[in-house]
Amino acid sequence: MELADIINPKNLVYEKPALLTSTTMHYCPGCSHGVVHKLLAEVIEDLGIQEKTIGVSPVGCAVFAYNYIDIDWQEAAHGRAPAVATGIARTNPDKVVFTYQGDGDLASIGTAEILHACNRGEDMVVIFVNNGIYGMTGGQMAPTTLLGQITATTPTGRDAGRNGYPLKITELIAQLSGTSYVTRQSVQTPAAIRKCKKAISKAFQAAIDKKGTSFVEVVSTCNMNWKMTPVKANEWMVENMFPFYVPGDLKDSSKNNPESYTPLKN
Amino acid sequence: MGELRLMKGNEVIAEAAIRCGCDGYFGYPITPQSEVMETLMDREPWNETGMVVLQAESEIASIHMVYGAAASGKKVLTSSSSPGISLMAEGISYIAGSELPCLIVNVQRGGPGLGTIQPSQADYFQSTKGGGHGDYRLIVLAPSSVQEMNDFVELGFKLAFKYRNPAMILSDGAIGQMMEKVVLADYIPRLTTEEIDEKYGSWATNGRKPNRKPNIITSLEMDSGRMEVNNQRLQAKYAKMEEEEVLFEEIQCDDAEYILVAFGSSSRVCQKSVDIAREKGIKLGLLRPITLFPFPKKPIAALAKRVKGFLVVEMNAGQMVEDVQLAVGCGVPVKHFGRMGGIIPSPSEVVEALEHKLIGG
Repeated sequence: MELADIINPKNLVYEKPALLTSTTMHYCPGCSHGVVHKLLAEVIEDLGIQEKTIGVSPVGCAVFAYNYIDIDWQEAAHGRAPAVATGIARTNPDKVVFTYQGDGDLASIGTAEILHACNRGEDMVVIFVNNGIYGMTGGQMAPTTLLGQITATTPTGRDAGRNGYPLKITELIAQLSGTSYVTRQSVQTPAAIRKCKKAISKAFQAAIDKKGTSFVEVVSTCNMNWKMTPVKANEWMVENMFPFYVPGDLKDSSKNNPESYTPLKN
Repeated sequence: MGELRLMKGNEVIAEAAIRCGCDGYFGYPITPQSEVMETLMDREPWNETGMVVLQAESEIASIHMVYGAAASGKKVLTSSSSPGISLMAEGISYIAGSELPCLIVNVQRGGPGLGTIQPSQADYFQSTKGGGHGDYRLIVLAPSSVQEMNDFVELGFKLAFKYRNPAMILSDGAIGQMMEKVVLADYIPRLTTEEIDEKYGSWATNGRKPNRKPNIITSLEMDSGRMEVNNQRLQAKYAKMEEEEVLFEEIQCDDAEYILVAFGSSSRVCQKSVDIAREKGIKLGLLRPITLFPFPKKPIAALAKRVKGFLVVEMNAGQMVEDVQLAVGCGVPVKHFGRMGGIIPSPSEVVEALEHKLIGG
């Protein structure tokens, strides 16, 4: 059999999502971001909302997310993405807005912005990639770093007395009346990826339906800064992070409107 | 002629924002400017023009909401007072770096720190020299009356959109709180989605259209060569503002031997000082910068060729005086008189300072 007989459109079973650009990603090999980006591109395409979706990228590893998905984007200051998204969503109620944030961005420097945006029930989606470490700056302790976990600023492991405790921000978010769908997902296996895509799709549908804020945490790996192979990092995540950051839905009221939320008219 | 009303400066900012077709206001309470948001909430413009008004959780959030909305091509503003503007410095730098239009109102109070709620002009450096990180400038308008609080809302937006640059109204607690008669502007309708597409479609993040590339608003550029080009583009814009947008007022400068230079509240005081001095036989004039950036360097330099000296009167320890000294050069003396901590100088103490520091000195 010739190569041309194999690489042939009629044999196509899988291809790059139409909205994923051809720009080479800057992510480290083994990183979870690329998979989450792919899912986002697929969901935006599936829902047919390319022309009305505006993404807000964070400061952190995903700062260049705007180079990879073929939609309009804004790049926010560190932690401020939920405020930026609020500004877009409030003045553009016909648009679909999402933020894409890491754990340092969302759960440390941007804690006020994320809690208040979710509490107001802004009609938007939050994609929260939690790998328990600051990736872009070289592997320092994050608010979500586990106790005992070694990072560049906790070289002997995170100590509760010195560094406080890992923050379950998603559990906090789920308590807020403004959120309708809050879930914790992961992307380490094909099954987990399929499940995560469903969750992202559901979150976007809730934003389209003006049901308040939807929040999707993706527990992820940072094999480079964890100093592990990608395979080992996935195993470590399942063994150590899942018992603390338990996967699954934390809140699902997307079938019902959250209490007394009235979108502003434009 | 438009509608004549008796209003507070802060209330007028709100009224002018609604009338000029503003799409949104995002703010956080702080004295002495809280009436801006209170007036907006009372007026409920979302029912009238569709303008959005939102009380944010902080000044930091307010300015980043402005950033988000401005990037989508909307006409949006925020207001605060000195400590709140310090918190906004991050967002203002991002907005300037991303080249977005917006309006920021600073109703100044005395500092540093929590300072006082009384009027001050101590944020001159912060407003005109940057305030946040990086080489950037704001277009800074300094109103000296409630009427100018009204007029500079639309003017600020006009300049902000012309240059895609944040504009600031640098007011103070006196002008924000005092009531004067004001002729309100006529209503301008808000732009429709189609009009925003047409006017700002080349950059605004209002949804990727099939006929264009994605619009991306960012201030990030990892390549130093390209980042320098970005900086050069900003500097060229600021140079153009200095050529084309300088605004100032001269009062009795024609035959003057001495010139007071003052903006905002202190310029109101100085108008009276000019009258007092002239009664005493001192030929005194007043130059009032209206744009603090771009600063009226040329008219000051022109006056420097024919007067005996300048007294810069400010409600701070001496900030604008540095720009006047740069404009004047070494030819004639440039002195400063200031009160701090929220105190407004009296007209007669300005004249005494003139006699003591300049005429007698």
